Amino acid sequence: MPATDHILDQILDLAATHFKVPREKLCADDDFFKTLGIDSLQALDLLTRLEHHFRIELPDYELQGVSDFRTLANRIQARL
Amino acid sequence: MLDLRQYASLGAALKDALERWPNETCLIEADRDREKVRLTYSDFKEMAHPLCRALEDADFKTGDRAAIIMTNQSKWLISAYSILFCGGVLVPLDYKLTAAEHLQLLAHSKSRFLVVEYYLWRAITQSSGFAKLKVEIVLVTEAPAGEELHGAYRWEEFKRKGDPQFVARQREDTACIVYSSGTGGRPKGCVLTHDSYLEQCASLTAWYPFWPGVRYLSILPTNHAIDFMVGFIGPFVCGACVVHLRTLRPEFVRDAFVRYRITYVSLVPMVLKNLERGLRAKFDELKPRERWMLDRLIGLNKMLTRGRPRVELSRRLLPQVHKAFGGELRALIVGGAFTDPSTLQFFYDLGIPVTCGYGLTEACTAVTLNDLKPFRADTVGKPLPGTEVRVLNPDGDGIGEVAVRSRAVMSHYLDDPEQTAQTIVEGWLLTGDLGRFDADGRGHLQLFGRKKNMIVTEGGKNIYPEDIEAVFDGLPVKEYCVFAANYLWPQKTLGNEMLMLVVRLEQNQQFDERLREEIVARNRRLPDFKRVGGYLVWEKDFPRTASLKIKRGELAEEIGVGAARAGVVGI
Repeated sequence: MPATDHILDQILDLAATHFKVPREKLCADDDFFKTLGIDSLQALDLLTRLEHHFRIELPDYELQGVSDFRTLANRIQARL
Repeated sequence: MLDLRQYASLGAALKDALERWPNETCLIEADRDREKVRLTYSDFKEMAHPLCRALEDADFKTGDRAAIIMTNQSKWLISAYSILFCGGVLVPLDYKLTAAEHLQLLAHSKSRFLVVEYYLWRAITQSSGFAKLKVEIVLVTEAPAGEELHGAYRWEEFKRKGDPQFVARQREDTACIVYSSGTGGRPKGCVLTHDSYLEQCASLTAWYPFWPGVRYLSILPTNHAIDFMVGFIGPFVCGACVVHLRTLRPEFVRDAFVRYRITYVSLVPMVLKNLERGLRAKFDELKPRERWMLDRLIGLNKMLTRGRPRVELSRRLLPQVHKAFGGELRALIVGGAFTDPSTLQFFYDLGIPVTCGYGLTEACTAVTLNDLKPFRADTVGKPLPGTEVRVLNPDGDGIGEVAVRSRAVMSHYLDDPEQTAQTIVEGWLLTGDLGRFDADGRGHLQLFGRKKNMIVTEGGKNIYPEDIEAVFDGLPVKEYCVFAANYLWPQKTLGNEMLMLVVRLEQNQQFDERLREEIVARNRRLPDFKRVGGYLVWEKDFPRTASLKIKRGELAEEIGVGAARAGVVGI
């Protein structure tokens, strides 16, 4: 199973590219709503991209209560 | 549609609907691009009645309270129907609350029964308050095989053969208890009667009718006042169809419009803005000549629909845009929070009738709604049939507190006569919202902010300071308080809403980086939509009562005069 740090890096890369935010400005424990400047619907968009990237299906509820990249990485790892 | 005047209860009306249109499709449930469920009214009855029988066998009594905590899906409506059929009181809870909040509201409502989706039940059973749960029967949906259910039944197996006995109710009996706010401080359980719902339904469908073949796209949570009415009761008593999506992913929502040829959809402003964003991005990708042509056609459509929507004409002028919405959309209904008029205008100019309304849970669903005669982007519409609206104590600009009187208004707040007495005065519901009727005399209401110390998020959620103050318990300061910024510095406009933390430091204490980090860390424990947007350091002790409660009103006045919004430090 891939290490969470590796998953984290991929998430940060994807988020930076998709939302056009400099990669160096993103950190694992950031509130992604704030640093990416997105609302909850746009966060679902990010979830879809992560699904395609990791080839898994993530129900919407996996995002419930999640607002930082690290927790998101843990949720993804649990489904790999 | 059914003539609702002949019915004493929601259950009676819904029961007749199942008999009246047995072969019409009533419910489609899709998960992404996979259709999971498609039911006619007859199918719906066949799924609900075994559940009703099982509830009878489980000693479900008339007036028993039964909570539902689920994302939108067919089982939500089947469960709700069954509870009403058996004479129960429905307690629809927001699935986005935390497990601790669910437990609190289940206790407050004294629900005997609970229907809950597995992942939410799992969170509840893992919560520290689970041991105190007093619900007697729990039905869990979609629980994976082999999972420990902690005494709950599987919803899919909770059925019995035979014909259930319909339990009649009266119009003045309680149909639902709907919580209008979070759980901090005093939970506000609005007690809504069968009369509230039947009257509200008749009013709404008088302006926006449903009929067999109409398809309503349900993406707002069905526990929400808007969707419960417009995405369940309204369609069902008219023989129409509800399409549930198990996801809010924009790409699947867009696909659903086309796949199911949607007629109506209710949205909160956040979702509408997201749709606007997507459309504008598509328009920006057009080649210059195509874009030029599109803009000309939009301009022509705008001119031709100035007086009223002309949907058929708009579909011919802008076929690609309308095809993207399935080609049969008659209206987007927007409410629940402030909507930017430019967003409403954007959709109307494309020939998509968008109607903005105003309501609150305490008034069942809606108080005012635009009737599109003509389209107005700058108001929240006119009072619905049967609804009286007054503006109390208007100031020099004609702005005052909006008060409402109608049969749709709640009976009272559950177990809270004091709060009820402050909110329903001489038969009028005091909304706490500030508004005025527009100057042209056509009876349209405009809103200008809130008298109450609260905000409404773009997603339509009411957030009161009491909902979140607990997260700052133990903050190393002398005292603190949370306010809605607009409550301290009224702006006479909606939008730009924010909660903020006011702190009073100990003597000789400095506001340093460590304290700031502590505030930020605690703030992040809250869901994003509940977080404070900034803080203010206040130099005086907070005024308090003899029992040491903060005198919020007095403090708010002091801060409003002694500080400026520009002094709030963002976090």
